[in-house]
Amino acid sequence: MNYLGLVIIKDVKLALQGVSDTGMTFVFLLLACTLFQFSIGPDQALLMKVGGGVIWVVALLATILSLERLFITDFEDGTLEQYFLSPVSLVFFAIAKAISHWLTTGLLVIISAPLIAVLYNLPSEIFLPLVLSMFIGTPILSLIGTLGAALTLGASRSGVLMPLIILPLYVPVLIFGSLVIYNAMYGHSYNSLLMVLIGLLLITSALAPWATAYALRQAIE
Amino acid sequence: MINYFANPSRFLKMTEKLLPWLVRLTILFFIVGIYFGLFYSPADYQQGDTVRIMYVHVPAAWMALACYVFIATMGALSLVYKHPLAGLAAKSAAPIGASFTIIVIITGSLWGKPIWGAWWVWDARLSSVLVLFFLYLGHIALSYSFENPSRGNKASAILALVGLVNIPIIKFSVDWWNTLHQPASITRFDAPAIDPSMLIPLIIMALAFFLYFITVLLVRIKSELTSQKIKSLNIKMIK
Repeated sequence: MNYLGLVIIKDVKLALQGVSDTGMTFVFLLLACTLFQFSIGPDQALLMKVGGGVIWVVALLATILSLERLFITDFEDGTLEQYFLSPVSLVFFAIAKAISHWLTTGLLVIISAPLIAVLYNLPSEIFLPLVLSMFIGTPILSLIGTLGAALTLGASRSGVLMPLIILPLYVPVLIFGSLVIYNAMYGHSYNSLLMVLIGLLLITSALAPWATAYALRQAIE
Repeated sequence: MINYFANPSRFLKMTEKLLPWLVRLTILFFIVGIYFGLFYSPADYQQGDTVRIMYVHVPAAWMALACYVFIATMGALSLVYKHPLAGLAAKSAAPIGASFTIIVIITGSLWGKPIWGAWWVWDARLSSVLVLFFLYLGHIALSYSFENPSRGNKASAILALVGLVNIPIIKFSVDWWNTLHQPASITRFDAPAIDPSMLIPLIIMALAFFLYFITVLLVRIKSELTSQKIKSLNIKMIK
């Protein structure tokens, strides 16, 4: 437990230093949303219609941004090998990395989601379901993302390779996450969709850290 | 059986013997299947001759799914038992599966144009098959992007196992969601909803596709083994 906390604190501190990853991710989120408005045009009704989907797509892209650097610094300066040699299982390390990624990216996405919703003129009834679905969905993104980062660690073109691997795996979260928003927007019940998301979260949190740890072991050997 | 083929030279010996026969059988099945499909089987009362696309589309779809399951199984074998040929088999099967998926998508859109009136519809079945194609591409890209090929094999094996979650979604997408794509008419619990005059050519074509898969897989594994041998010989020459 202590170990988990130390790794998380170290990573969060590093992410917030200087021109922070978190700050840049926030700018990226806003920028990407602005781009959508430029390309679709300032049609209010249309923007409202696509807004729910745009928020989720941008959230997906934002989580991928910071993934590339998740393990690479630890891998290059040999810290990862020290974790490997320590008596604590690499699974805990994988969990800690996923949590710290979520704290620096997922949480930011959750906080900025209502802001984007305002930009897209989404009705205020969707704010609660939006934040709820993000709260359940973004940890899944971080967990799958850590696995992707571990799998591509040391690959020759990891920057372009990682989105190719991760994005198809993000599809279920995207489907159910944006369905929550649309159901709320048109006044349908969205509880069952949240349940599905929770189910996805439980499955990924049970399996992803082990797969990540295994992939990390391959990278070190 | 699994252990028996752990020896590459034994595997190669068997492949040499089998391959000529497999090639002949594949060609035979394709000729018979295409003849039955194009000339012998009746046209559909609604879709007319367009229905004949089915004899390519459906077997390719089956093989696209089966091939992914095969890759994941081989990946698991190579991770758990460190089987030397399983990793190679997975690596060699991925491009074949990707091409089956491409065939499904192309024939599907050729079929969709006259029947649905559009080349492409964002329907659950179509989108999930497209995701399957991206999974294949990710698998191929991952297995080739490491200097050490065995690391590439292991990483892509893990990815294949994770991506396996998508297979039931594709298979049952037409049953779970009400979509434009018709539900399964053959693999269901009661009798198949298709007349024998169409079912028989379909099954022959499916067997042809399966034999084609096995043939190409064996050739690809053989060439992988040969290229490994060449590489190790090169290293020996340098020393």
